[in-house]
Amino acid sequence: MSVATVTAGPRRGWRSFATWFGAAIVGIASICALFAPWLVPYDPFAQDLGKRLLVPFWMEGHVPGHVLGTDQLGRDYLSRLIWGCRISMLIGVTVTIVSGLIGITLGVLGGFVGGRVDDAVLFAITTRLSIPVVLVALAVVALLGSSMTLLVLILGLLLWDRFAVVARSTTMQVRHLDFVAAAWCAGCSRFRILVREVLPNIASHLVVVATLEVALAILLEAALSFLGLGVPPPLPSWGLMIAEAKDYMFFSPWVIVIPGVALFVLVLGINLLGDGLRDMFGTRSDP
Amino acid sequence: MLQFLLRRLTVAVLVAVTVMTLAFVLTRLSGDLAISIAGPNATQADVEVVRKAYGLDRPMVTQFLDWVGRALTGDFGDSYFFKAPVSSLIAERMPVTLTLGLTGLVIALVVSLPLGILAAVRENTALDRVVQLVALIGQAMPSFWLGLLLMITFGLQLGWLPISGTGSWQNYVMPGIVLAFSAIPALTRLTRAGMIQSMGSDYIRTARAKGLSRASILLKHALRNAAIPVVAIAAVQLGFMLGGSIVIEQVFALHGVGFLAWESIGKNDFPVVQAVVLVLAVIYVALTTLADLMNAVLDPRLRGP
Repeated sequence: MSVATVTAGPRRGWRSFATWFGAAIVGIASICALFAPWLVPYDPFAQDLGKRLLVPFWMEGHVPGHVLGTDQLGRDYLSRLIWGCRISMLIGVTVTIVSGLIGITLGVLGGFVGGRVDDAVLFAITTRLSIPVVLVALAVVALLGSSMTLLVLILGLLLWDRFAVVARSTTMQVRHLDFVAAAWCAGCSRFRILVREVLPNIASHLVVVATLEVALAILLEAALSFLGLGVPPPLPSWGLMIAEAKDYMFFSPWVIVIPGVALFVLVLGINLLGDGLRDMFGTRSDP
Repeated sequence: MLQFLLRRLTVAVLVAVTVMTLAFVLTRLSGDLAISIAGPNATQADVEVVRKAYGLDRPMVTQFLDWVGRALTGDFGDSYFFKAPVSSLIAERMPVTLTLGLTGLVIALVVSLPLGILAAVRENTALDRVVQLVALIGQAMPSFWLGLLLMITFGLQLGWLPISGTGSWQNYVMPGIVLAFSAIPALTRLTRAGMIQSMGSDYIRTARAKGLSRASILLKHALRNAAIPVVAIAAVQLGFMLGGSIVIEQVFALHGVGFLAWESIGKNDFPVVQAVVLVLAVIYVALTTLADLMNAVLDPRLRGP
């Protein structure tokens, strides 16, 4: 892992297209998330048992008005999809903030102070990696009852490892550079050096990690909700939508295809954007 | 080397002890276990009976030490629901999870090694980009969703493979493919990066200068060096896959350890949950320690001071 250097120019061809594609998806998802209450054509929670499992627009027998059809309780699928985007993005971003705070603090501390403190941080990372995330998250949610806040806290407490690893190794490299030595000589305090010299120089790496973590948190939330121990119903989390529609998937496959494609495309978009940022910052090095 | 070995083993034991403590604290999070076990319709007297019966009236520290002491001898207590020793329940289900994990790992290696080598040999060509795109797609694929899609396609529409159960080897094909997807991106990227690095090294130039054939250079010289980190990561990935198989076992109704844990979570069967967390963590620690040691044997530079 090398420290960010200004090497990479503008990207051309396929890679540039991939980055823009990712950025576009993330942009659309952000708009859906922020303006969901105004974008939904119907109330995503309103049931209409007379209109159950209407088919989407590309299939025969489509009812105009419900572009993506309706679910098993007659709720408009497009509205639930948009609302689900809000939930996914909210979970992804908040989990990343929580895990980022924990991971970056630990990583920078270990990398900057070194010695015993660093040993402790490494030990914490090793321990964290040995804990089966899905299992522990499921158990905690089952014990304490499902809610968005709990989900964010538990995932945040479980997903800080990559932040810590990257913050630690980059801090170690920055720590020995000349401008840090200069700051020491100028009599700057430890805290000031950390905040003014170290953090800005490892920030680009952390941004790349953050994109990966948003994507990971979204996938995990979907998996937990799919297992029935994530976001509580009737909230239209994409994972929960797939779980609820599972009983109908053999007769109407589109009920699981639509939320699944949304989940896949959003995560792919975030990862493409993250890859693009990594190239832009010239920080491509970790596998 | 001996010092390195001792240090790694000490860390491994310490991690196991920490996870043990965490697993214990985890099940006490709800406050009163006795109330959870007794269920929502229990009277105060029922709760007291449960508290006595499961030894939950003892001080927390006594309960913890008792659990640790027994767990060290492989005794995880009895399941509240199955009324059977937890250790035998886990031993019964472990073969399914291990079969699934190994199937997934083999599929992942069979796919990612050739892909990684191809991408490295044709670096910066269209082929390389396609391989990288495959890795990205694997990374973005929700495993439970992929499982359902495979079920609809190969189980229902084509009728090639059974949808659930553990009767024959065919039951492991779809779950194995789904599980492999979680490891393919990392393994492919690492193989590619390792091959590119070793292709640019001096010994490859020497081999070229000697006039060796391209295939011989690739497979005998470059791959052998690139494979060291890949093998190590494969061990780590197997650990992650065993922990992550809970979702896939549930989708395909494979009655492995993950399925057991999922059932037990729903039934407030805490001794089982506690034990599965610990067993999975210990397997992971053992695998990573093994990988580290193997790496140190193969590459003396890693042994450190």
